[in-house]
Amino acid sequence: MNMHLQPQRTQAETALIDAFGERQSLLPGDGAVMIKRDEAIERVKHGLPTRRVESWHYTDLRRLLTSVPSYDDSAKAAAIAPLVEGSPVLAVLNGIVAKAPALGNVTVAPVSEKLIDGTYAPALGVQGDDDAIGALNAALVADGWFLDIADDTVFETPLELQNVQAGGQVHARMAVRVGSNVKATVVERQAGTGSALVSSVSNVVVGDGTELVWLIVQEQPDSTTYLGQFNAWIGKNAKLTLFVMNTGGKLVRQEIRVVAKGEGGEFTLRGVNLLAGDTHTDVTMVLDHEVPHTASTEIIRNVVTDKAHGVFQGRINVRQYAQKTDAKMACNTLLLSDDGEFSTKPELEIFADDVVCGHGATVTEIDHNHLFYLMARGIDEKTARGLLVKAFVAEVIEEMEDERIVEALEEKLVEWFQRHG
Amino acid sequence: MALELALDLTEFGTNKMLEIRNLHARIAEDGTEIIRGLNLTVKDGEVAAIMGPNGSGKSTLSYVLAGREDYEVTEGEILYNGESILELDPAERAAKGIFLAFQYPMEIPGVATMEFLKVAMNEQRKARGEEPLKIPEFLKRVREVTGTLEMDMAMLKRPLNVGFSGGEKKRAEILQMKLLQPKLCIMDETDSGLDIDALKIVADGINSLRSPDRSIVVITHYQRLLEHIVPDTVHVLYKGQVIKSGDKSLALELEANGYAGVIDEAA
Repeated sequence: MNMHLQPQRTQAETALIDAFGERQSLLPGDGAVMIKRDEAIERVKHGLPTRRVESWHYTDLRRLLTSVPSYDDSAKAAAIAPLVEGSPVLAVLNGIVAKAPALGNVTVAPVSEKLIDGTYAPALGVQGDDDAIGALNAALVADGWFLDIADDTVFETPLELQNVQAGGQVHARMAVRVGSNVKATVVERQAGTGSALVSSVSNVVVGDGTELVWLIVQEQPDSTTYLGQFNAWIGKNAKLTLFVMNTGGKLVRQEIRVVAKGEGGEFTLRGVNLLAGDTHTDVTMVLDHEVPHTASTEIIRNVVTDKAHGVFQGRINVRQYAQKTDAKMACNTLLLSDDGEFSTKPELEIFADDVVCGHGATVTEIDHNHLFYLMARGIDEKTARGLLVKAFVAEVIEEMEDERIVEALEEKLVEWFQRHG
Repeated sequence: MALELALDLTEFGTNKMLEIRNLHARIAEDGTEIIRGLNLTVKDGEVAAIMGPNGSGKSTLSYVLAGREDYEVTEGEILYNGESILELDPAERAAKGIFLAFQYPMEIPGVATMEFLKVAMNEQRKARGEEPLKIPEFLKRVREVTGTLEMDMAMLKRPLNVGFSGGEKKRAEILQMKLLQPKLCIMDETDSGLDIDALKIVADGINSLRSPDRSIVVITHYQRLLEHIVPDTVHVLYKGQVIKSGDKSLALELEANGYAGVIDEAA
């Protein structure tokens, strides 16, 4: 007989599996969806990823996820003010969609409906052995927003998706199909007031010739575990700019999986991680250049203080026939404390021979000469440090074309620094 | 004795704006002593030139006065209007009216010059218990001063000193000084890197700030600057001490004979 040694389950693993058992009958979905959920929970039963799984090397989820809160159905979450005044808000409040405003040129439906009628079943697949977030979310997702943006639509004001928790567990999903030749900005907010476990998956199909800006602003309380995944497929001559800002959360993993599927596709990633307290934040990107003539740039700026630990992993795969790929990646960290830490791992896997790919990483402290100069003009130390921190990340924020967004994000930066600087 | 008498006869005030007594200072990192028992008094309204050869401690003196952390005062006292400033950090000193014009103004990427000017002016106002300046009033003042310095307002949209030429950086220092209206101005090698036209503009800027209740310490290697900013007193710094003081004729003597004569005389 073949003895298979199964390590003992952690408390968190047991809690997740039990939660599935308890919630199963309450979760929306037809038979096809239920099969997908069963497959997904099997992945969870095999155990959460440890540092031995390469893509989880710096975030040993099995060790770091020490407890899982129970569902709290009585908790009431309220929508928050949108990042840009006047944005239509599509909210998911403690896991369930709120009423949607009417939107022109956009078909809107709750994901729960698409689960009940089974049309969303094919999208509940798990992407690989290391896809713990996809598996957990597929097993337990209750609701979210399904959006279909019609071809040639131009949005003047950003559209805002909110996932707001008030405690317990939230497993939400956003499924967005953006038609061809669309110009739009979508803001995804991840926030809340409770000590929650949140998984949130956003799947975005970017149509040919479309210019899409997508912002993920994650500002969970520092008692919350946030497991996010953003998947996108970029069409021909389409441009996707993803901006990720993390300013909160106790244990955070934001995965970004992007495939450049059409020639002339461009992907831009800009990230700002503001990390404080005794927290762990991991941004992991996998980018596939599948076809020739695609381009990507990634710039990540991190400010780390207290005992916070940050991670950025950026993996760029260039397929053999994806000639003329142009990819550049940079990760710069400003350390404000002795105990802060940032780990960065760029990976390039290139099978084509006519490509331009580069990466760089730096870690710096506040320049004492700069600090002295500002203070010598009467600017007190905290304000001076704030100016220098802002200078470090503002460059990335100011790349956003929408002034209203730049202002709102810079305000968040100043707030963060006032709390933690 | 003769010198003190000479100084008392000049017309500037009797209040000692700056009094440095037996100052010793060293580089914090390696303990090298640079200032070794320096004495200097600058009265209200006085323009004092500090001259000295390379390595005499001129720049160190300016940094120690401004409160730079890289230097430690091990002995002695710096009194500003009779109060010790040794325990104050650079921002507190600046708020009290001490201004250092840097020999090499720092380039600070990401901090827009205009925003920096606004924050600096308002921080100093806050420290003095005054309301922040309203934007139109702030812009009006900046526009006025940039005009007198023949500076382009567009430059102020750029990050602080980034990509400025040597002359532009020095003008930006004078711009800050004129906006902040300090009481004690310490000009560290303000003439270095300036062509003659720029030198004249910068010197005019400094001269326009001369007033009975403001003192200016001009630190320089060469007499050239002192043709444009005529000092009331001249002090020769050597090996971290003031070894000779006099009036403006001392600067001319140094120009003619070099530092060697004065150094030999003091030895």
